[in-house]
Amino acid sequence: MADWVEACGVDDVEEEDVIRFDHGGRTFAIYRSPDDEYFATDGYCTHEKAHLADGLVMDDIIECPKHNGRFNYKTGVARGAPVCVNLATYPVKVEAGKVMIQIG
Amino acid sequence: MAKKRDYSLVGESTRTAIETGLASAEWYHTDVPRKAMKELMQRSDGPAIRDTIIWIVAILGSAAGIAWFWGTWWVVPFLLVYGVLYGSSSDSRWHECGHGTAFRTRWMNDAVYQIASFMLMRNPVTWRWSHARHHTDTIIVGRDAEIAMMRPPDLLRAALAFTGILDFRYSLPTLVRNAFGSISPDEKSFIPEMELHKVVTAARWHVAIYVAAIVLALYLWSFLPLVLIGLPRLYGSWHMVLTGLLQHIGLADNVTDHRLNTRTVYMNPISRFIYWNMNYHVEHHMFPMVPYHALPRLHELIKHDLPAPNPSMWHAYREVWPVLLKQLQYEDYFLKRELPPTARPYRDEFHALTVPAAAE
Repeated sequence: MADWVEACGVDDVEEEDVIRFDHGGRTFAIYRSPDDEYFATDGYCTHEKAHLADGLVMDDIIECPKHNGRFNYKTGVARGAPVCVNLATYPVKVEAGKVMIQIG
Repeated sequence: MAKKRDYSLVGESTRTAIETGLASAEWYHTDVPRKAMKELMQRSDGPAIRDTIIWIVAILGSAAGIAWFWGTWWVVPFLLVYGVLYGSSSDSRWHECGHGTAFRTRWMNDAVYQIASFMLMRNPVTWRWSHARHHTDTIIVGRDAEIAMMRPPDLLRAALAFTGILDFRYSLPTLVRNAFGSISPDEKSFIPEMELHKVVTAARWHVAIYVAAIVLALYLWSFLPLVLIGLPRLYGSWHMVLTGLLQHIGLADNVTDHRLNTRTVYMNPISRFIYWNMNYHVEHHMFPMVPYHALPRLHELIKHDLPAPNPSMWHAYREVWPVLLKQLQYEDYFLKRELPPTARPYRDEFHALTVPAAAE
């Protein structure tokens, strides 16, 4: 059974931005979209080991800081070279001002 | 005696780089607050649309001048301008749009990237991947596919590079080879298998346009079509070489700190327009997400942590020339950039293959 884990407070991440969340030896990226929804993906780019939390969020896109590879952070879909492999996404819910993610 | 460098991407140096952890390593970054970095990374279409309109108008205007004055000496200044716009400024447009940072709108980046790749005789697929590798493993011998001057330096080759002949002689046969479906082992080492068919398709488009230009030249019985398409890669690439060579030559290799292997040079406004601010090259390598128009601001923010930039191209070449001469006899020699007192020191323990002899 996958666990819900508290990742951060709702105000810890700005609108149209991303922060890093480490848990259980893994790293995740927590996003807040321009329309104030929260999303979560794996923290590393699938191309090379770079923290997506250092990247740029534009609308529904996260751009990797190392090679500018782009993913749709809502679906995890890779949006062109140099990223070819999709990003894992995780269910997110907001409870009592906390962003929770479900980690398998 | 030190071991000779093997610049193949599938050879001894490649194995060494992987074994020592130099390949795909963690690199040094100057600390920049997230808020400031987020502002610097912001994309906008405005500056690149403005610059691209100027660029296209200048290209078309100088091309019209060449056609109008063809057969007279008045054509020479137009050739100079057109050649540099076609053969040199296309490099920075290729570069920025390849990173996807020039415009905010994706298709605009892609369109200019494809046009600039054609102008440069570069396969747009191959070079996208080689440049990704260049950023992962900057000047790591055996890994970086874009090392402009290998050691010991071949100075004759460097001089010839200003004429574009060597690049032309390499680029055109490579396009033709790719068009016939042949991908070299080096290319396969950095292009994913699922992308290889795109290399062939892109090469076929490029070759088809060159064939059309040759047919048109034969039909008109005039060199003019080739002077406008293809040959500017020869007579106009000198500015690209002049600025591009300075990015890394003479500096350390096999280190994981861009302050040691990359150079920032202050340049005049015309060169900066042609080069799209890539003279701020340490800044670009540390933070490739920052668009060209924000690099001067990034430079101001982090210069306390970087070696002093060269004040001019002339200064940079004067500084590096004796280093290149010394490398002819002792290829491990390099120029070590001094850091200001405000900078965080180099971490020599991170640079597994840092060589012993350095010019301070």
